[in-house]
Amino acid sequence: MAPDLAIETHGLAKLFAGRPAVDGVDLAVPAGSTYGFLGPNGSGKTTTIRMLLGLLTPSAGTWSILGRTMPEAAMSTLPHVGALVEGPAFYPWMSGRDNLERFDAMGPGRSPATRPARIADALARVGLTAAAGKKYKAYSLGMRQRLGLASALLVPRRLLVLDEPTNGMDPQGTREIRHLVRELAADGATVFLSSHLLSEIQQVCSHVGVMHRGRLLAQQTLPELLSSTGPRLRAEVDDPGRAAQVMAGLGMTDVSVSGTQVAGSLGEVLPEECCRRLVGAGVAVRMLVPEHASLEDAFVALTGEGFDVAG
Amino acid sequence: MWLVEARTVFSRARVRALLAVLLAVPVFLAVAVYLAGGPRAGEGPTFLDRASHNGVFTALAGLVVTMPFFIPLSISVVAGDAVAGEANLGTLRYLLIRPAGRARLLAAKGVVTALFCLAAAVDVVLAGLVAGVILFPHGPVVTLSGTTVPFLDGVGRALLASLVVGVSMFGLAAIGLFVSTLTDVPIAAMAVTIGLVIMSAILDGVSQVAFLHPWLFTNYWTAFTDLARDPMRWHLIWKDFLLQLGYVVVFGAGAWARMLTRDVLA
Repeated sequence: MAPDLAIETHGLAKLFAGRPAVDGVDLAVPAGSTYGFLGPNGSGKTTTIRMLLGLLTPSAGTWSILGRTMPEAAMSTLPHVGALVEGPAFYPWMSGRDNLERFDAMGPGRSPATRPARIADALARVGLTAAAGKKYKAYSLGMRQRLGLASALLVPRRLLVLDEPTNGMDPQGTREIRHLVRELAADGATVFLSSHLLSEIQQVCSHVGVMHRGRLLAQQTLPELLSSTGPRLRAEVDDPGRAAQVMAGLGMTDVSVSGTQVAGSLGEVLPEECCRRLVGAGVAVRMLVPEHASLEDAFVALTGEGFDVAG
Repeated sequence: MWLVEARTVFSRARVRALLAVLLAVPVFLAVAVYLAGGPRAGEGPTFLDRASHNGVFTALAGLVVTMPFFIPLSISVVAGDAVAGEANLGTLRYLLIRPAGRARLLAAKGVVTALFCLAAAVDVVLAGLVAGVILFPHGPVVTLSGTTVPFLDGVGRALLASLVVGVSMFGLAAIGLFVSTLTDVPIAAMAVTIGLVIMSAILDGVSQVAFLHPWLFTNYWTAFTDLARDPMRWHLIWKDFLLQLGYVVVFGAGAWARMLTRDVLA
């Protein structure tokens, strides 16, 4: 039996002016997981998140949140979902605390009696207690981001959808957010985290989904994704051209030369075997390093090296 | 939710400035008439010739002067900002995720905009009454029909007139709210709304399109002056209310349909 899914989509798609921004996405986010949602700029991450939360109407597809069909169940499901979508947004002329008060009061199911305590808690959790009385327009980008998180944490949530939560934050803040995400996950919440910071994702996530040009290219546990790219071997040699030929001849893939270094994916080839062949072929080996693929390698392997934003 | 919305809107410096300007107009008018003397009987804007006779007429003159432009302008600003302003700030997406509920949020916006219509008109009349009572006599009031009513009766009529004016702005408020759901740019919604006021007022003055006049939302805006007669004449005021109700239903439905289906990208 499939585990409970906090987010499930089937064929979710969105056309903008006839062009697909999101094209048949099937997400399966297990309950209790910390799910890293990756993809280059313009790959459809934020559009997907907006559809999940009912801000955009999908052009096709179905989806459910916390086991309930959306968008019909939005009013009963969304109270359990804390979200930060494409940066924080608040009223500039109001203080941080007044802003939280307004959002807390503008919907059903939140007790006014516990409101001041909950707001104080949320502000303390993101380290904003001292700046709570300041007007939002005086906040720095990082403080605004923190206030956005505080708003998502006003009540205990079963699901948190965090779109680039560390955007604009100092290293200290980034660490705190990582800590916060782990804490939330430890409390049993599902965290759906979109980020460009692959090292962030690698540190906190149990599952990963990779978007590219509106499609979900991969969706696996983090260890699965990392092992799918396989280990690589990097060698520093006197004759890189010859070494590359030997590696390719052994059946290694993705072989590339850069300066005096040659690298390639090992596949089934053993590093010691490669070493013996190189030496046997008269290549002088100065260094030979087997490497495990990082999330960045896996990401680039899936989405390509190109720097241009998908049109 | 309505209370929270009202607090947010009325706590805004912009909204307070609008109300302050509306407050200043009748005060300015009263001081000007006090210093320079009013126009001769039958000249100038309605009631201004009587402004120095009685504080009640100062208030009514204030209403006459602010009615064609200042009050509609301030309502266009508030109504045009209602949804487009939230979209522009990005707060609309967080209100919808909260979830405030699209229909309920629009209803709260509508109620608070209506509240602002009433507040704007009451604001003018109260300022006029205070300024008028300080600067001019405040005895029994001579009505337009020549009869005399007690001072408090006159004050009551002035306040009633402000409520009538407030309600006669509901149609405009609904138009503004509808336009506000169409865009993410609040200034555009405000400009379009005030543009429609001007257009309606111009059409109202062109006799060649007289057949249109009963349908223009500005047509009965001055009907409140009938409250200064004795007995008060309600005929045009009821007609106006019916017309405003029509505008609220049509544009309210438009805003509702747009709000429920809108893709929130901002």
